[in-house]
Amino acid sequence: MNHLLRSYAPISDEGWSEIDREVHARLLPGLAARRLVDFSGPVGWEHSSVDLGRVDDIKAPAEGLTAAKRKVLPLVELRAPFTVARSELRNLDRGAVDTDFSSVDSAARRMAEAENVAVFHGWTASGIVGIAECAGNPAITAGTTFADFPKHVAKGVEALLAAGVSGPYGLALGPDGYTGVVETTEHGGLVVFDHLREILGGPIVYAPGVQGAVVVSLRGGDFLFESGEDLSVGYQHHDAENVYLYIEESFTFRVATPEAAVVLSI
Amino acid sequence: MAQSVGFHEPESQLTTATIEKHRALASIQEELEAVDWYAQRVDATTDPELAAILAHNRDEEKEHAAMALEWLRRRDPKLDQHLRTYLFTSGSITELEHEEESGGASSASDSSGSLGIGSLKGSSR
Repeated sequence: MNHLLRSYAPISDEGWSEIDREVHARLLPGLAARRLVDFSGPVGWEHSSVDLGRVDDIKAPAEGLTAAKRKVLPLVELRAPFTVARSELRNLDRGAVDTDFSSVDSAARRMAEAENVAVFHGWTASGIVGIAECAGNPAITAGTTFADFPKHVAKGVEALLAAGVSGPYGLALGPDGYTGVVETTEHGGLVVFDHLREILGGPIVYAPGVQGAVVVSLRGGDFLFESGEDLSVGYQHHDAENVYLYIEESFTFRVATPEAAVVLSI
Repeated sequence: MAQSVGFHEPESQLTTATIEKHRALASIQEELEAVDWYAQRVDATTDPELAAILAHNRDEEKEHAAMALEWLRRRDPKLDQHLRTYLFTSGSITELEHEEESGGASSASDSSGSLGIGSLKGSSR
C-alpha cells in the first residue's frame, strides 16, 4: 500500500475499478495541457524537484572562497476532494449501472482546469511560469469574429516560423473560443475548425481555464511538464454515509523556448 | 510489430505520441533482435578475437535496448506499472503475477492508484 491508502477505504475491488474508470473518463476531456506539451514521468510521489542547471551566487562562509546555491523548481501537489455515497457503492456492488458520481465530475473539472491554468497562465505560488506569461512573440488580437480566426492563427504560425520554430503546431482554445470556432463557417462554407487544422498541422484542443487562445509548436523540447505522481485517486476518510476520496497529482512545468508560442486574445 | 515504417492504420489517424512510441518499440525490437544474432555468431565463430568483438557488440545492443525501453517507460504509465512489478525482483515471476491477480499490487483496493493517463500529446480530445 502506498500513501494513497486505498486499501483502508470501505470500497470493494469492483467499486474501486468503477471509481477509477469514472474519474479517468471525466478528467480526459479537460486535460488540454498534456495534449500540447512534453510530458515526462511519472517518476514517483517521492520526487520533489527538477534541476534547473543554474545557480544563485551566495555569500561565502569565509575569506578566499566563492559559493553558489543550485536552483531547483519544486514539484507541487494538487488535490481535488470528492465524495461517494456508501449507499451508491453498495448499489454498484449489486450490479447497478447508474451510480451517482456527480461529485467526481466537479473534482475532475477543477483538477483539469488547474493543470491547464498552471501550464498556460502560470501559478505564482508554485514558481511555475505559464506559456502565455512568457511567450516570446507579440500577442495577436483575434477578437470574436470567428470567421476571421484562420487569418489570426496563420499570422501566429507565421510569427513562429519567422522565429525559427518549426511545426507542427497546436492550438489551445478556451471554452468560449472553442465553441465559436466549432460553430462557425467562413465565407464560402469552409468550416473554420477544418481550416485551422490545415494551417496548424496539429490538434485544436478544448482547454478549460485558458483565456483566449495559444498557438504552440509541437516539435518537442520547448514546453516541459514533469510529473512526479500522475493523476491518481486516494482515500481520505469515511463515515456512515460517505467515503471521502480525492484526485491527486504532483508536477511542475517550465518553458524552455518562449519563442515557441504565440498568444491570441479573444 | 513491424518496421518503423510499418504503420497498421492510416498515419493521419495516429497521434504524435503513438507514432513516437511506435518508433521506440520498433527500435527496441531491432536492438533485441541484434542481441540474438550476435549471440548466435559468438557461439558459431571459431576465431576467439572475432568472438570477443561480437560479444562486445552484442552487449552494446543491450544498452541501446535498455535506453529505448526507459524512454518508453517514462511515457507509458501502464508499462511503468508492470515493469515496477516484475523487474529487479527475485523468486517466482509467475507467482508475482498470481499475487497481482489475487489481491496483490494490482487489485483495485491496493493498486498504485494511478489512472495511467500520462502524455496525451498530439491528440485533440
